[in-house]
Amino acid sequence: MTVMKYGQAIDYALGETMARDDDVLTWGEDVMLIHRDLLARFGPERVRDTPISESAFLYAGIGAAMAGLRPVVEIMLVDFLAVAWSGIANAASKFRDFSGGSWEVPLVVRAGCGGWYTDGGQHVQTLWGQLSAYPNINVVCPSTPADAAGLMLTAVQSDEVVVFLEHQLLSEQWIDYLGGGSRATVSFDRLVPADGAEGDVPLPLEPLPLGQAALRREGSDVALISLGVGAHRCLEAAEALASSGIEASVLDLRCVSPLDGNAVIEQARKAGRVVVVDEDYVRGGLTGEIAALLLEAGVTTKYARVAVEGTIPFAPHLEYAALPNADRIAAAVKGLE
Amino acid sequence: MFDESGAPACRTDSLISVGDRVLAGDPVLPTGDPVLFSASLCGAPTRSRISEAGMGLPTGFDPAAAFRAMVRMRLVDEALARAWADGLVPGEYHSGIGEEGIVAGVLGHLTGRDSMALDHRNTSAFVGRGTDITALMLEVMGSEDGLNSGWAGHMHLMDPGIPAAADGIVGASGPLAVGQAIAHARLRPGRVAVAFHGEGAMNQGMLMESYNLAVAWNLPVLFVCKDNRWSITTRATDVTGGDVVKRASSFGLTVEKVRGDRVEEVHRAAGRLIARARTGQGPGFLYAGCHRPGGHFEGDPIVRLLRSPLRQAEEWGPSIVRSAGAKTGGSRHDRIAAAKVLAGRVARAARDYTARTRMDPVKRGRRLLDQAAAERIESLEHHLVDQAMSDARGAVGPRPTFGVVRGGPR
Repeated sequence: MTVMKYGQAIDYALGETMARDDDVLTWGEDVMLIHRDLLARFGPERVRDTPISESAFLYAGIGAAMAGLRPVVEIMLVDFLAVAWSGIANAASKFRDFSGGSWEVPLVVRAGCGGWYTDGGQHVQTLWGQLSAYPNINVVCPSTPADAAGLMLTAVQSDEVVVFLEHQLLSEQWIDYLGGGSRATVSFDRLVPADGAEGDVPLPLEPLPLGQAALRREGSDVALISLGVGAHRCLEAAEALASSGIEASVLDLRCVSPLDGNAVIEQARKAGRVVVVDEDYVRGGLTGEIAALLLEAGVTTKYARVAVEGTIPFAPHLEYAALPNADRIAAAVKGLE
Repeated sequence: MFDESGAPACRTDSLISVGDRVLAGDPVLPTGDPVLFSASLCGAPTRSRISEAGMGLPTGFDPAAAFRAMVRMRLVDEALARAWADGLVPGEYHSGIGEEGIVAGVLGHLTGRDSMALDHRNTSAFVGRGTDITALMLEVMGSEDGLNSGWAGHMHLMDPGIPAAADGIVGASGPLAVGQAIAHARLRPGRVAVAFHGEGAMNQGMLMESYNLAVAWNLPVLFVCKDNRWSITTRATDVTGGDVVKRASSFGLTVEKVRGDRVEEVHRAAGRLIARARTGQGPGFLYAGCHRPGGHFEGDPIVRLLRSPLRQAEEWGPSIVRSAGAKTGGSRHDRIAAAKVLAGRVARAARDYTARTRMDPVKRGRRLLDQAAAERIESLEHHLVDQAMSDARGAVGPRPTFGVVRGGPR
C-alpha cells in the first residue's frame, strides 16, 4: 500500500505494463513533458509527442494495435477526441466484428475529461455516454487513485478497446499543466474531492475488472448512482441528506461500458428510489440507459436524474450550477419523496 | 447582423472600422487629435478605396494607427495576464503578446463586414476590430456582464457585430473562415474572411482540408499562420514534416512570408493577398514568424522552467532522476535518448526565449513614429485600458479563489 496522487497512479500502472511488455507504448500531444517520468524511464520511442493531428494519430493507434503493438493513445482532452471521432465510430468499434472476431484491437485511448475547474464548454465535457453507444468500446472513469491504477492496468492488458477517461479535476498533472501550479492565488481545495485526488494504492498492483461498480456508502432510503467526480458529489449530498434523516447509498459505477447492471438493480431494489448523477449530457446517455435497464428488469422504483442539460458555461458560478453539484443531487432526492 | 449591401461602413475617425460601431473608448479620447484621428487602420474607408483595392493596389500603411492598435492589444493582454496571476481569470489564458504585429498588420485591411475566424489566442483580434474591451475583460474574468454573458471565456469569444467567432479546437478557424467566405461570395461580394491560426494547427486535418476547399472553390479567404515555433510545449519542427509555407503553396494558395514583428511588412503582404481575395482572384496564405514570451498559455510549464529553473528542477527533478534509474524500463540507450530529448527541449526553449526577445512588434512599431506621437498614443491607451480593467475588476469584486462551491448569480 502506498499513497499516490490520481495522475501519478495512472502513470504508475502504465509504467508497470510498459516494463513488463515492450509492445506497450504511448503517444499524444505533449506527452513527453506531461509524462516526463515515463519518458525518462522508457525513452523517446515509447513515449512520443505527436503533432496536433488527432484524427491521424488516433487512427494510427488502431492500425498499430492491429499490427502487434499495444498503444496507449493519449488525446489531451476528450473534447478533442471529437475531432477524431471516425476512429471510434467507424474503426475501433467495428474492426473486430468485421474480422469475424478474429482480429483484436488492443488499444487504450487515454483522455482527460470533466469540469469544475472552469475551462469553457469545449474543454470540460465528458462524452462518455456517446462513447459507450458504440459496440466494442469500453469506457471507464475512475474516481480514486486505486481505481485509476487498477483500471489502467486492466485497460492496457485487455485485448479490447478501452477509453480511459481521467477526470481533470482529480488529476494533479492536468491542474498543474493547465497553469494551476504557477499561481498561488488560485486554490481548488474546496472543489477537489480529497479522496479522489490522492489515496492509497494497494501494491503489488492488481488489475481491476471492467464493469464492476463499487458501493461507496450504504443507505436504505435512496440509491445515488454515478462515477468520476460525480461519485464524490453523491457522497457530499449523502452527508447533507443524512442530517435530514435520509440515508443514501452511493454506487460508483467506475465504468460506463460495460455497465454493472446487477449492482444498479440491487441498489434500486433495496431503496426503491434512484437518482442517477451524470456529468455528461442528459440526453442519449447514462441516465437514460439506467432508466431503461431498470424498466427492462422490472424494478419498481422512483427515479430522478441530475445531469448536464446544455452547453457548460465558462463562468465559475454558472459552471458550478450547470454541473451535478451536491445541492442539485440533494434537491432531486427530496423531489422523490 | 450582416449589412446586406456589403458596403464598407468605416468611420474615418475610428481606430479600426467595425461596421457601424466605433471602437470602445473612443469617446474619452480628445476629439481632433491630429495623430489619433488620422490614425485609422481602416484600409478602405470609402467605396472608392475598395475599388482601388479591387485593382490590386494595397491600401496605405499608417504607422500611428498600427502602433496605436498594437499598444492597445498589448495592454489588454498584459492586464488580463496580470488578472490571471491574481486569480481573477478562471481556467487558462492564452495571451497574444508578441503577435500584435501580425494581427494589426492584417486588420488594417479589414472593413465593414469582413469577417474573422479565430483560435484560442484571439484577444488581439477582437480588440483590434473594436470589441468593447471592458465587456471582453469581464467575459474572460467569468462575469455574467461579459461580452458573452459568462458563457464563453477567452477561448470561445463571439462578437456577431464584427463578425468574429473564436473556437478553441485547434485548426477550426480554417473551415469556419471558409464558410464565412462562401457566405460572403453569395451575400456580399467584395467581403473577405480571415482565419488566424498557429503553425501547430497546420498539422490538423480540417485546416488542411479547408485550404483545399478555399482553392477549389476560389473563395475570398486569407489564412494567417502565426508561427512562434512551439506547438503547445512541443517544438513544432519535431512534429512537422516538410516546410509549412511550401505546404500551403502546394494547395494552390497564393503565399506571402513575412516577419511578424514588422507590422509594416505584414500590412504590405496582407494587403496584396486581401486585395486578390476581395476581387475573386483566389485565397491567400500569409506566414508570419513571431515570438511569444509568455509561451502557450499563462503558467506555461516551459516558461516556468526558464523563469525559475531551480524551483522547477526541485519539482520535476527527483522523480525524473528516479524514473531514469528505475530497475525496470527501457535500455540504457533509451534512457540516454530520453535525457537528450529533455535537455534538448530546455536548451532550445532557452535559446528561443532569449534570442528571439528582440522580436517585439510593439517596440519595433514604435520606431516608425516620432517620440512625442508614440508617447501620446501610449498615454491615451494606458488610460483607456487601465480604466477598463479597473471597471472590470470592480465589477467582478474580490474573488479569493474561483473554486466556487455555489452556483447562481455572482
